Amino acid sequence: MIANYGYKDGSGDYFIAVDTDKCDGCGRCVEACPGTVFEVVDEDPNDPFREDPVVIVARDKGRKLKYECGPCKPPTNRPALPCVEACPQDAISHSWDR
Amino acid sequence: MIIAGIDCGAKNTKSVILRDGKIIGKGMTLTGFDQASAVKESLDASLKDAGIDARDVDKISGTGAGMEEIKDAAMKVNEIRAMAKAANYFFPSARTVTDVGAEMGRAVKIDERGKVIDFAINEKCAAGAGAFIEAMARAIEVELEEMGPMALRSDKSIPMNAQCAIFAESEVVGLIHAKTVKEDISKAIHDAMASRIVSMIRRIGVNEDIVMIGGVALNPGFVGCLKRELGIDRVYIPADPAFGAAVGAAVVLKEEA
Amino acid sequence: MGEEEKKQEYWRWTESNWKNPDIKWEDAKIVTVGIDVGSVSSQAVVMTDGQVYAYSNMRTGSDSPESARNALNLGLEGTSMPESRIDYCIGTGYGRVNVPMADRSITEIACHARGAHFIYGPEVRTVLDIGGQDCKAIRCDEKGKVTNFLMNDKCAAGTGRGMEVFADLLSVPIVDVGERSFEVKEEPEPVSSICVVYAKTEATGLLRKGWAVNEVLAAYCSAMGHRIFTLIERIGIEKGFAITGGLAKNRGVIERLTKEIGVEPMHTEWDTQIAGAAGAALFGYALVQKGKGRRK
Ligand code: SF4
Ligand code: SF4
Repeated sequence: MIANYGYKDGSGDYFIAVDTDKCDGCGRCVEACPGTVFEVVDEDPNDPFREDPVVIVARDKGRKLKYECGPCKPPTNRPALPCVEACPQDAISHSWDR
Repeated sequence: MIIAGIDCGAKNTKSVILRDGKIIGKGMTLTGFDQASAVKESLDASLKDAGIDARDVDKISGTGAGMEEIKDAAMKVNEIRAMAKAANYFFPSARTVTDVGAEMGRAVKIDERGKVIDFAINEKCAAGAGAFIEAMARAIEVELEEMGPMALRSDKSIPMNAQCAIFAESEVVGLIHAKTVKEDISKAIHDAMASRIVSMIRRIGVNEDIVMIGGVALNPGFVGCLKRELGIDRVYIPADPAFGAAVGAAVVLKEEA
Repeated sequence: MGEEEKKQEYWRWTESNWKNPDIKWEDAKIVTVGIDVGSVSSQAVVMTDGQVYAYSNMRTGSDSPESARNALNLGLEGTSMPESRIDYCIGTGYGRVNVPMADRSITEIACHARGAHFIYGPEVRTVLDIGGQDCKAIRCDEKGKVTNFLMNDKCAAGTGRGMEVFADLLSVPIVDVGERSFEVKEEPEPVSSICVVYAKTEATGLLRKGWAVNEVLAAYCSAMGHRIFTLIERIGIEKGFAITGGLAKNRGVIERLTKEIGVEPMHTEWDTQIAGAAGAALFGYALVQKGKGRRK
């Protein structure tokens, strides 16, 4: 499942997509993210039959993604995003640059 | 040389008259739905304030969302460049500038000559602009000018969940129903708004000295919350912050002339 | 409270309950309940062995636990089924963690997909739910399992609330918005601001320019249709397209949206408002069958 956390408002699209078929809930992204955007849960709240841990973005964080992720997204000289870099499964992607 | 700088903003249109780099007159008017006439009105007001005639003006420089409507402008200056120059004009030590107006918030990193190094913008969502505080003032039935001073009288921190001006209206109405005092609500509103502006500033890096221009700089409650969020003691604000971009536009033209 | 009245006008439906006359609950092996506490309305669906036995649909009050309780009471009303007969109860929706009688909660995303699969049949692949305060777009497979989703509850644009604000601004009863938006000579350009706050300003300007109220309505309906289109675009639209939620009743938005999408929405005899609660009850049934649910 592709879980799109985040939102779209008048200023743009701010979604973090987690591919839950790839994510194994290892939690590396949780450690890497300075904004504490991610959280590993034992059961996927969007997939009650799944038995394995998976990462989610809590709702109140999701509503502020543009701001929470801001420090990792300087307008220029952008390093790789810590969460994307940390994920061994390549499960995370961001929808926005600016 | 006499230069007029005009900033046709979403809410107000501001004009300044610069004689040899010194401000000699200012004029402001509501932009309304007819930008061209707002431009004329504000220019006339600033000429009157300066005590000069339209013919005395050598050149006009324009900026702002409605700059296309400034027909007589010899130059149109991008808003980012204008605000950077303005900060440098008022405070040469400035390295970070934030401009918060009715419909936008911006942060710019500048060098010692007022050149833009980096910038971040928030527009098209009222939650990150002055319009947010205006909408909240309406929702809790408080005059806009009262909002800031009220916030300063509170030391409570009530978190706001809504990140949208429309949803926040119901949230603050809910707080009123729950008998929360308006001072505390006002503080919550300014805190929420300041945290959004600060995260934008953090994207370009917080480098002192920090200058704030734009109409929202006149709101002491907002400035207080901004300082607290940034963890700094002082934010530099020019005398008439709403005219910042107009001044910047005029200075850019002067330097290029 | 003015706010409350406005909402009632908007969601023009009556609180109701329904009971399936062909089912005798006494014969059921497993009884499960799903309770969906949304921001505007709450539903309870009672299932006997995976079939809808009874349901209720009512307005959400200011208190989630109480709304859940009222929905369940109304659902069981006239059935003579004692509450103790319920094997498993699942809460879903905006207030799902505040459903006191629930054995567990499951997100509205999962429940909606499963409920739509039940209501519309296994052909459903894309579910769009436009609620009072959010907009969900879900893609699911032939089993009703979610494959891709997004939920926008940050921004009022593209939600019932955005439409409410506009109807209010133009003093048009919200139920008339759809019809009136078609009473124009020519389809106007959509309102260009997405943000509801700025769109209001834009609309005021249009009125001042001499636009008729219906033209402004049309311009907003098509802006809203387009806005929702860009949201579902992110998850991709597949045939088997279903629209649920309060705004599904607003022709002005829905017809303009489906025109842009180019896919006709599916039809059903069921009340689409029970999708979430039905999905929850079905999950309950599946969990009990798998031996994971409580069975007294
Ligand atoms: S690092 Fe990747 S695999 Fe590990 S929890 Fe995060 S998203 Fe999942
Ligand atoms: S409706 Fe709300 S979230 Fe959406 S753009 Fe406007 S203020 Fe922002």
